[in-house]
Amino acid sequence: MNILDNFMTRAALAGLGVALAAAPLGCFVVWRRMAYFGDATAHASILGVALALSFNMSVFAGALAVALVMATTVSVLSGRGFAMDTLLGVMAHSALAFGLVAVSFLKGVRIDLMAYLFGDILAVGRVDLAVIWGGAVLVVALVSWRWSALLTATLNPDLAHASGIDPRREQLVLTLALAVVVAVAIKVVGVLLIAAMLIVPPAAARPFARTPEAMAAISALIGAISVLGGLQGALMFDTPTGPTIVCVAAILFLAVSVGSGLRNMAGQGGEK
Amino acid sequence: MTHLIEITGLSVRQGGVLALSDVDFHIDRGEIVTVVGPNGSGKSTLMKTIIGALKPVAGRIERAKGLRVGYVPQQLHIDPTLPMTVARFLGLPKRVSRGAIEAALHKAGLHGLAARQMAGLSGGQFQRVLLARALLDDPDLLILDEATQGLDQPGSAAFYRQIEEVRSELGCAVLMVSHELHVVMAASDRVICLNGHVCCHGTPEIVASAPEYRALFGTGTGGALALYRHDHDHSHEGCDHDHAHDHHDHPNEAAE
Repeated sequence: MNILDNFMTRAALAGLGVALAAAPLGCFVVWRRMAYFGDATAHASILGVALALSFNMSVFAGALAVALVMATTVSVLSGRGFAMDTLLGVMAHSALAFGLVAVSFLKGVRIDLMAYLFGDILAVGRVDLAVIWGGAVLVVALVSWRWSALLTATLNPDLAHASGIDPRREQLVLTLALAVVVAVAIKVVGVLLIAAMLIVPPAAARPFARTPEAMAAISALIGAISVLGGLQGALMFDTPTGPTIVCVAAILFLAVSVGSGLRNMAGQGGEK
Repeated sequence: MTHLIEITGLSVRQGGVLALSDVDFHIDRGEIVTVVGPNGSGKSTLMKTIIGALKPVAGRIERAKGLRVGYVPQQLHIDPTLPMTVARFLGLPKRVSRGAIEAALHKAGLHGLAARQMAGLSGGQFQRVLLARALLDDPDLLILDEATQGLDQPGSAAFYRQIEEVRSELGCAVLMVSHELHVVMAASDRVICLNGHVCCHGTPEIVASAPEYRALFGTGTGGALALYRHDHDHSHEGCDHDHAHDHHDHPNEAAE
């Protein structure tokens, strides 16, 4: 008898792991306006999935490798003043397209593509769970270690330099963490919805927070509620789990936005 | 070495263009030095090189041992999605005590703002918070890169008076870049006129009358300088030379 024998328990733990890692990182994605960057990295990782399957490697390793390459490329190019919007659009969707084409070449292997596009949290096994929590702990540790430096670099690169912080190194830390989150989140929400797990909880947390730390903590809480609520909802309505989790997060965001909008209209006096 | 910073033969490339070539520069303890120059003359490039954000292609920068630099950036945009109280901002990247925060805010002429959101501050208050942050480390050298951009005339005049006060209180050297020639030059010990290279330098009077300076800025500024220096002997906005206690109200006035 073990609590991990229950697939719902494993699913809930996997989702919580992703929510925990995505929260602080997602805050930086929002603050630094890197939303599309997260999207691009996630979309590219499907190519990694295809490569991993064709070379008989672990899907996690393949996705991580391609996500790393993608994130680093984008990060380097953005420093050189390219038209980022266009470039990201080209790279993200090309990588996704190549990934999908590559998957179609795989004969003999029966792949449920949907599982990678939208996640398959109910099929999370013990090994997956270990990988997800390993990645989550790594990301949380990395981001907490660099937290102050990351925040300073996010505020202003020159301010960071004057404090002896290299903003490019901090950008690299974020890039690495992003690749790890993408790789561990594939199983949970799938490549198409990873960016939502990064962005929606921090966006919903913003009106409650007065400090960056509070925003990260509240994001984690909202992410956790979304995961548990989504799992429950998927069970009740027999809907796909990954999208249901994102739907719950989106509904929370909507409720918070409407609520704080009404309060601002009524209050007027309170500081924002 | 007696100078806080000594720069010799400095050349810096930015965006593929040689923004600074063969610049010699030094600043001593307690001095106020202002860098003036037209847009694109390399003023900010010089500041960024001094704080280490840009690497020179040639030349040397020597810093005094254990030099502590406080830096006030040109403009700081805090994304509206980033919640940030004044106290938390001052504690970046190093956490500091409540007392140190209050003391730094006081030196910058602010009171009771520690719990406020950065986004809710007026332009004048915001710049003073940046100044307070630069003062936290008890710097030997304060670097201000067009720190009064976006402030109105009385606001920036009040800000520069605060800088003078900080200098006389802490004895730190001040290196600043400014467009507001007449205000700044009156408050400076030395002025350096930059246009990719050092055009001319010296006391404000010498620089204002130098032909290189007049070629860049015209003679009108010379008149404004004289006018300001004349004004400076009188009291400002109802507070007289006993500045120390009245200044704290200025940011609020500037905000209106």
